Amino acid sequence: MRTENTTPILEVRGLKVAYGGIQAVKGIDLQVREGELVSLIGANGAGKTTTLNTLAGVVPHNGGEIRYAGQDVGKLPSHLRLRKGLALVPEGRGIFTRLTVAENLQTGAYTRRDTDGIAADMEKVFTLLPRVKERLNQVAGTLSGGEQQMVAIGRALLSRPQVLLLDEPSMGLAPLVVEKIFEVIHSITREGMGVLLVEQNANLALEVSERAYVMEGGLVTLEGTGKALLDDPKVRSAYLGEEIDQGLAA
Amino acid sequence: MTTNSTALPLPASFALDRRIQRPLVILLALAAPLVALSMGKSWVRVLDFALLYVLLAIGLNLVVGFAGLLDLGYIAFYAVGAYTWAFLASPHFGIHLPFWIVLPLGAAFAALAGIALGFPTLRLRGDYLAIVTLGFGEIIRIFMNNLNQPINITNGPQGIDSIDPLTIAGLDLSKDLDLFGFQIPSLTLYYYAFLACVVAAIILVRRLQISRIGRAWAAIRDDELAAKAIGIDTRMMKLLAFGLGATFGGVSGGLFAAFQGFVSPESFSLMESIVVLTMIVLGGMGNLAGVIVGAIMLTALPELLRHFAVPMQMALFGKTLLDPEVLRMLLLSLAMIVMMLVRPAGLLPARTRYAHRDRRNA
Repeated sequence: MRTENTTPILEVRGLKVAYGGIQAVKGIDLQVREGELVSLIGANGAGKTTTLNTLAGVVPHNGGEIRYAGQDVGKLPSHLRLRKGLALVPEGRGIFTRLTVAENLQTGAYTRRDTDGIAADMEKVFTLLPRVKERLNQVAGTLSGGEQQMVAIGRALLSRPQVLLLDEPSMGLAPLVVEKIFEVIHSITREGMGVLLVEQNANLALEVSERAYVMEGGLVTLEGTGKALLDDPKVRSAYLGEEIDQGLAA
Repeated sequence: MTTNSTALPLPASFALDRRIQRPLVILLALAAPLVALSMGKSWVRVLDFALLYVLLAIGLNLVVGFAGLLDLGYIAFYAVGAYTWAFLASPHFGIHLPFWIVLPLGAAFAALAGIALGFPTLRLRGDYLAIVTLGFGEIIRIFMNNLNQPINITNGPQGIDSIDPLTIAGLDLSKDLDLFGFQIPSLTLYYYAFLACVVAAIILVRRLQISRIGRAWAAIRDDELAAKAIGIDTRMMKLLAFGLGATFGGVSGGLFAAFQGFVSPESFSLMESIVVLTMIVLGGMGNLAGVIVGAIMLTALPELLRHFAVPMQMALFGKTLLDPEVLRMLLLSLAMIVMMLVRPAGLLPARTRYAHRDRRNA
């Protein structure tokens, strides 16, 4: 299992991202270790999704350093970062709606040529996500939101990543489904994969995460273990709706 | 393949058994010029043009239907192919190269033009891409129109004539062939030559569609960000779509020049681009069979109108009220409107669209 002093597989220093003239991410530091579940929480527009997309290479950055497995990958295009093992499940799932579930999964293994390995990983995905197997020949656009999220995760897993960047997997899903998705995420980390999770559902994210970062206005304002942040009064009032509850009680 | 096992029910009218369907289509394709010949030579000419349009539609479908890149200037590649043939196999420059050099060269130039168009438009999508491609198509046509001075390259609006016909292994396709006492007209010879090209194109595109490349295009079409996220080099794949799509246009253009014996900028107007796009939309974007049916239908439509509309109006009213050309645009628009209402995915929609339909009906 993971030890606290292993070197991080993903290390971000002073990352800055701008859209036109607007600086969306203003210099943040992040670390993800193997087998570690790290979450990134914060309000809308804090720069969470931008950060994740930048790490995957879908959005370019204008400052700082992205080191993956000891190498600077900041200048690599997205498809080469994926080849190294850095995979993104984009916000809104990004399912290929007109392809079948099977085809969606196959595109996940797009960068690989080891037919046997792909078949083995496909089986792994089926054990992890039995619902996906049931829907194999269905067109992905006709699946429910939860099923689509599972396909998106399964598709990302087929690239055999070492770090998975998950953008709001709970978006628009029923609580029971969200719970199931989080179970899946948990079992992924047990296999030694690092997960960086962006979540709106801060309560749930902090509960399951080993460590977490709180983003505000393009900066990381707080960081710590999931438990510590859960107990932090500032976090409780800003993201866990504590103040509103108190206001109602009073 | 697991993906092919989805037995999606076709509408009853198309539910012919595949085993009957295929030989029937082949027989029809082979016998078509013989039937047409009995109705008059001009009908064989229509068939020849239909095949050229099929080739164009297959190529454009690669770009629009598979990769989802809306291209409104596709006819430019047809022009590049046609002019390449005209330059290298006509008295215009006094060069007379054989087809096996000229046709691949035309295809290569068209592919280069496709990549040249692709590069600056890589970041554009949807409407913006459509606008730039539309402009590109016009630029090529205007070039052809004006490159007659200071040095005469294209011969301007007059075009280039006396272009060499297609000659395969010493057989000149522009002359009727006398085979054991049977007269095979030139138009029929061209038909079979074009048919061979179309068959080759179909085989190639079918392979492409189920390949990694085909899947990458489908991914880009459905969600570009996700396509990047799963490791597809979207720049490369888009350029490939533009380049390959253009290649088909180039081949078709070369054949057109040889068949017609004459090219001028007039043949490559914006309207032509739109007609080819209409063939795809009407037939069923993304589905090869649909695209082919669409191309044949829309090539035949104006000819049918020319043959029947005028005599009918003469018989009914004693004079021609509606010119066939006006009627053609009218019917084309009408057909589009009806299609959008009744079958928005085209006559023969792409496979996955059926699933949506089934789901809705279930």
